[in-house]
Amino acid sequence: MGISRNVSLATALRYKGQGPMLTFILHRIGGMGMAIFISMHLLASFFGGSVGNFINDIYMSWVFQIIIFFFVMFHAINGLRITILDLWPPLLEYQREAIWVEWAVFIPLYGFAVYSILSAAFGG
Amino acid sequence: MNAKPRTLSLKQRGLNFEMLMWLFTRLSALAMYGFFIAGLVGAFWMGARHDMNFADVMRWAFTTSYTHVQSTNVPDLEPWAVWFWRLVASGMVLTAIAHGVHGLVVIADDYIISSGGRKFVRFLSMLAVASMSFIGLYILWTY
Repeated sequence: MGISRNVSLATALRYKGQGPMLTFILHRIGGMGMAIFISMHLLASFFGGSVGNFINDIYMSWVFQIIIFFFVMFHAINGLRITILDLWPPLLEYQREAIWVEWAVFIPLYGFAVYSILSAAFGG
Repeated sequence: MNAKPRTLSLKQRGLNFEMLMWLFTRLSALAMYGFFIAGLVGAFWMGARHDMNFADVMRWAFTTSYTHVQSTNVPDLEPWAVWFWRLVASGMVLTAIAHGVHGLVVIADDYIISSGGRKFVRFLSMLAVASMSFIGLYILWTY
Protein backbone atom coordinates (compact mmCIF):
# COMPACT_ATOMS: atom_id res chain seq x y z
CA MET A 1 0.00 0.00 0.00
CA GLY A 2 1.09 3.55 -0.54
CA ILE A 3 2.23 5.60 -3.46
CA SER A 4 5.29 7.72 -3.92
CA ARG A 5 5.55 10.72 -6.16
CA ASN A 6 8.82 12.03 -7.52
CA VAL A 7 7.19 15.29 -8.55
CA SER A 8 7.90 18.52 -6.71
CA LEU A 9 5.11 20.99 -5.97
CA ALA A 10 6.65 23.49 -8.42
CA THR A 11 6.57 20.90 -11.22
CA ALA A 12 3.01 19.95 -10.32
CA LEU A 13 1.90 23.58 -10.55
CA ARG A 14 3.50 23.91 -13.99
CA TYR A 15 1.54 20.90 -15.29
CA LYS A 16 -0.60 22.03 -18.19
CA GLY A 17 -3.47 19.59 -18.26
CA GLN A 18 -5.74 22.07 -20.08
CA GLY A 19 -9.53 21.53 -20.19
CA PRO A 20 -9.80 18.14 -18.49
CA MET A 21 -7.39 19.22 -15.71
CA LEU A 22 -9.39 22.40 -15.14
CA THR A 23 -12.66 20.47 -14.79
CA PHE A 24 -10.95 17.96 -12.47
CA ILE A 25 -9.65 20.66 -10.14
CA LEU A 26 -12.91 22.65 -10.18
CA HIS A 27 -14.85 19.44 -9.46
CA ARG A 28 -12.60 18.77 -6.48
CA ILE A 29 -12.72 22.33 -5.13
CA GLY A 30 -16.50 22.45 -5.60
CA GLY A 31 -16.94 19.08 -3.94
CA MET A 32 -14.88 20.06 -0.90
CA GLY A 33 -16.59 23.43 -0.74
CA MET A 34 -20.02 21.80 -0.75
CA ALA A 35 -18.97 19.28 1.90
CA ILE A 36 -17.82 22.09 4.20
CA PHE A 37 -20.74 24.47 3.55
CA ILE A 38 -23.48 21.85 3.69
CA SER A 39 -22.08 20.36 6.91
CA MET A 40 -21.95 23.86 8.44
CA HIS A 41 -25.47 24.57 7.17
CA LEU A 42 -26.84 21.36 8.73
CA LEU A 43 -25.02 21.99 12.02
CA ALA A 44 -26.17 25.62 12.07
CA SER A 45 -29.79 24.59 11.50
CA PHE A 46 -29.52 21.79 14.07
CA PHE A 47 -28.04 23.85 16.90
CA GLY A 48 -29.68 27.16 15.96
CA GLY A 49 -29.04 29.93 18.46
CA SER A 50 -27.16 33.11 17.67
CA VAL A 51 -24.19 31.30 16.10
CA GLY A 52 -26.42 29.14 13.93
CA ASN A 53 -28.50 32.11 12.79
CA PHE A 54 -25.31 34.06 12.08
CA ILE A 55 -24.01 31.25 9.85
CA ASN A 56 -27.34 30.88 8.02
CA ASP A 57 -27.49 34.67 7.53
CA ILE A 58 -24.13 34.50 5.78
CA TYR A 59 -25.55 31.73 3.58
CA MET A 60 -28.41 33.98 2.50
CA SER A 61 -26.15 36.85 1.36
CA TRP A 62 -25.89 37.29 -2.40
CA VAL A 63 -22.07 36.98 -2.44
CA PHE A 64 -22.25 33.61 -0.76
CA GLN A 65 -25.10 32.45 -3.01
CA ILE A 66 -23.07 33.26 -6.10
CA ILE A 67 -20.11 31.21 -4.80
CA ILE A 68 -22.14 28.21 -3.63
CA PHE A 69 -24.18 28.18 -6.86
CA PHE A 70 -20.93 27.99 -8.82
CA PHE A 71 -19.75 25.02 -6.73
CA VAL A 72 -23.05 23.15 -6.87
CA MET A 73 -23.94 23.77 -10.52
CA PHE A 74 -20.45 23.09 -11.83
CA HIS A 75 -20.14 19.94 -9.72
CA ALA A 76 -23.56 18.72 -10.88
CA ILE A 77 -23.03 19.39 -14.59
CA ASN A 78 -19.44 18.12 -14.61
CA GLY A 79 -20.58 15.09 -12.60
CA LEU A 80 -23.22 14.32 -15.20
CA ARG A 81 -20.55 14.40 -17.93
CA ILE A 82 -18.31 12.06 -15.88
CA THR A 83 -21.22 9.71 -15.21
CA ILE A 84 -22.33 9.54 -18.84
CA LEU A 85 -18.80 9.01 -20.16
CA ASP A 86 -17.89 6.45 -17.49
CA LEU A 87 -21.04 4.40 -17.86
CA TRP A 88 -20.65 4.39 -21.69
CA PRO A 89 -16.86 4.07 -22.09
CA PRO A 90 -16.83 4.28 -25.93
CA LEU A 91 -17.79 7.95 -25.47
CA LEU A 92 -14.51 8.62 -23.64
CA GLU A 93 -13.01 9.10 -27.10
CA TYR A 94 -14.90 12.40 -27.23
CA GLN A 95 -13.96 13.67 -23.76
CA ARG A 96 -12.70 17.07 -24.96
CA GLU A 97 -15.81 17.67 -27.07
CA ALA A 98 -17.94 16.67 -24.08
CA ILE A 99 -16.15 19.29 -21.97
CA TRP A 100 -16.99 21.99 -24.52
CA VAL A 101 -20.64 20.91 -24.44
CA GLU A 102 -20.46 21.03 -20.65
CA TRP A 103 -19.28 24.66 -20.67
CA ALA A 104 -21.95 25.52 -23.22
CA VAL A 105 -24.56 24.19 -20.79
CA PHE A 106 -22.97 25.55 -17.61
CA ILE A 107 -22.25 29.16 -18.63
CA PRO A 108 -25.82 30.17 -19.66
CA LEU A 109 -27.41 28.32 -16.72
CA TYR A 110 -24.99 29.77 -14.17
CA GLY A 111 -25.22 33.19 -15.77
CA PHE A 112 -28.98 33.08 -15.42
CA ALA A 113 -28.68 32.01 -11.78
CA VAL A 114 -26.27 34.88 -11.01
CA TYR A 115 -28.62 37.30 -12.78
CA SER A 116 -31.61 36.19 -10.70
CA ILE A 117 -29.62 36.25 -7.43
CA LEU A 118 -28.41 39.80 -8.16
CA SER A 119 -31.77 41.09 -9.30
CA ALA A 120 -33.40 39.66 -6.17
CA ALA A 121 -30.70 41.23 -3.98
CA PHE A 122 -30.83 44.68 -5.59
CA GLY A 123 -34.53 44.74 -6.47
CA GLY A 124 -33.86 45.03 -10.21
CA MET B 1 -9.57 5.08 -34.58
CA ASN B 2 -8.12 2.13 -32.63
CA ALA B 3 -9.78 -1.25 -32.66
CA LYS B 4 -8.16 -2.47 -29.47
CA PRO B 5 -10.57 -2.07 -26.52
CA ARG B 6 -9.24 0.19 -23.78
CA THR B 7 -11.39 -1.18 -21.00
CA LEU B 8 -10.85 -4.38 -19.07
CA SER B 9 -13.64 -6.86 -18.54
CA LEU B 10 -15.22 -6.98 -15.10
CA LYS B 11 -13.53 -10.33 -14.40
CA GLN B 12 -10.08 -8.88 -15.08
CA ARG B 13 -10.76 -5.82 -12.96
CA GLY B 14 -12.20 -7.70 -10.01
CA LEU B 15 -15.23 -6.59 -8.06
CA ASN B 16 -14.08 -5.14 -4.75
CA PHE B 17 -15.33 -2.45 -2.38
CA GLU B 18 -13.49 0.36 -4.18
CA MET B 19 -15.05 -0.69 -7.48
CA LEU B 20 -18.51 -0.78 -5.90
CA MET B 21 -17.99 2.70 -4.44
CA TRP B 22 -16.80 3.95 -7.84
CA LEU B 23 -20.08 2.69 -9.28
CA PHE B 24 -22.05 4.09 -6.32
CA THR B 25 -20.58 7.55 -6.92
CA ARG B 26 -21.91 7.56 -10.51
CA LEU B 27 -25.28 5.98 -9.73
CA SER B 28 -25.89 8.26 -6.73
CA ALA B 29 -25.18 11.23 -9.01
CA LEU B 30 -27.98 10.01 -11.28
CA ALA B 31 -30.23 9.44 -8.25
CA MET B 32 -29.62 13.02 -7.09
CA TYR B 33 -30.60 14.24 -10.56
CA GLY B 34 -33.81 12.26 -10.05
CA PHE B 35 -34.53 13.96 -6.72
CA PHE B 36 -33.66 17.32 -8.26
CA ILE B 37 -36.04 16.84 -11.21
CA ALA B 38 -38.81 15.71 -8.85
CA GLY B 39 -38.34 18.93 -6.85
CA LEU B 40 -38.24 21.01 -10.02
CA VAL B 41 -41.47 19.55 -11.42
CA GLY B 42 -43.14 19.87 -8.01
CA ALA B 43 -42.11 23.52 -7.68
CA PHE B 44 -43.76 24.44 -10.98
CA TRP B 45 -46.79 22.38 -9.99
CA MET B 46 -47.11 24.42 -6.78
CA GLY B 47 -46.84 27.80 -8.47
CA ALA B 48 -43.13 28.59 -8.69
CA ARG B 49 -43.71 30.29 -12.05
CA HIS B 50 -45.30 33.27 -10.34
CA ASP B 51 -43.71 33.35 -6.92
CA MET B 52 -40.07 32.34 -7.29
CA ASN B 53 -37.03 33.28 -9.34
CA PHE B 54 -34.63 30.86 -11.02
CA ALA B 55 -32.18 30.74 -8.10
CA ASP B 56 -35.01 30.11 -5.60
CA VAL B 57 -36.29 27.20 -7.68
CA MET B 58 -32.77 25.73 -7.91
CA ARG B 59 -32.29 26.02 -4.14
CA TRP B 60 -35.63 24.32 -3.49
CA ALA B 61 -34.95 21.48 -5.96
CA PHE B 62 -31.48 20.95 -4.50
CA THR B 63 -33.06 19.95 -1.17
CA THR B 64 -36.85 20.11 -1.00
CA SER B 65 -37.09 21.57 2.49
CA TYR B 66 -39.78 24.25 2.94
CA THR B 67 -37.24 26.42 4.76
CA HIS B 68 -35.64 26.91 1.34
CA VAL B 69 -38.72 28.77 0.06
CA GLN B 70 -39.39 30.86 3.18
CA SER B 71 -37.66 33.90 1.66
CA THR B 72 -39.70 33.77 -1.58
CA ASN B 73 -43.12 35.19 -2.46
CA VAL B 74 -44.82 31.80 -2.09
CA PRO B 75 -48.15 32.68 -0.39
CA ASP B 76 -48.73 29.40 1.47
CA LEU B 77 -45.89 27.24 2.78
CA GLU B 78 -48.19 24.33 3.66
CA PRO B 79 -47.98 22.37 0.37
CA TRP B 80 -44.18 22.76 0.45
CA ALA B 81 -43.93 21.18 3.92
CA VAL B 82 -45.90 17.96 3.33
CA TRP B 83 -44.38 14.56 4.14
CA PHE B 84 -43.77 13.80 0.44
CA TRP B 85 -41.28 16.66 0.08
CA ARG B 86 -39.64 15.74 3.38
CA LEU B 87 -39.24 12.22 1.98
CA VAL B 88 -37.68 13.51 -1.26
CA ALA B 89 -35.39 15.78 0.77
CA SER B 90 -34.41 12.87 3.03
CA GLY B 91 -33.48 10.82 -0.03
CA MET B 92 -31.41 13.71 -1.35
CA VAL B 93 -29.67 14.34 1.98
CA LEU B 94 -28.81 10.68 2.63
CA THR B 95 -27.56 10.14 -0.94
CA ALA B 96 -25.58 13.38 -0.88
CA ILE B 97 -23.94 12.58 2.47
CA ALA B 98 -22.85 9.10 1.31
CA HIS B 99 -21.64 10.48 -2.05
CA GLY B 100 -19.91 13.47 -0.47
CA VAL B 101 -18.17 11.68 2.38
CA HIS B 102 -16.87 9.04 -0.01
CA GLY B 103 -15.60 11.89 -2.20
CA LEU B 104 -13.72 13.32 0.78
CA VAL B 105 -12.16 9.88 1.43
CA VAL B 106 -11.01 9.75 -2.21
CA ILE B 107 -9.42 13.20 -1.85
CA ALA B 108 -7.80 12.28 1.48
CA ASP B 109 -6.34 9.11 -0.09
CA ASP B 110 -4.44 11.32 -2.54
CA TYR B 111 -2.52 12.87 0.34
CA ILE B 112 -2.64 10.34 3.19
CA ILE B 113 -0.78 7.26 2.02
CA SER B 114 0.06 5.34 5.18
CA SER B 115 -2.05 2.30 5.95
CA GLY B 116 -2.90 3.51 9.45
CA GLY B 117 -3.75 6.99 8.22
CA ARG B 118 -6.13 5.61 5.64
CA LYS B 119 -7.80 3.42 8.26
CA PHE B 120 -8.25 6.50 10.46
CA VAL B 121 -9.78 8.41 7.53
CA ARG B 122 -12.23 5.57 7.01
CA PHE B 123 -13.14 5.57 10.70
CA LEU B 124 -13.75 9.34 10.58
CA SER B 125 -15.82 8.96 7.42
CA MET B 126 -18.14 6.42 9.03
CA LEU B 127 -18.56 8.74 11.99
CA ALA B 128 -19.34 11.63 9.62
CA VAL B 129 -21.93 9.64 7.64
CA ALA B 130 -23.70 8.47 10.80
CA SER B 131 -23.77 11.86 12.56
CA MET B 132 -24.62 13.99 9.51
CA SER B 133 -27.38 11.56 8.42
CA PHE B 134 -28.94 11.80 11.87
CA ILE B 135 -28.69 15.60 11.96
CA GLY B 136 -30.05 15.94 8.41
CA LEU B 137 -33.07 13.72 9.06
CA TYR B 138 -33.72 15.39 12.43
CA ILE B 139 -33.84 18.83 10.79
CA LEU B 140 -36.06 17.68 7.94
CA TRP B 141 -38.67 15.92 10.06
CA THR B 142 -38.91 18.09 13.20
CA TYR B 143 -38.97 21.61 11.77
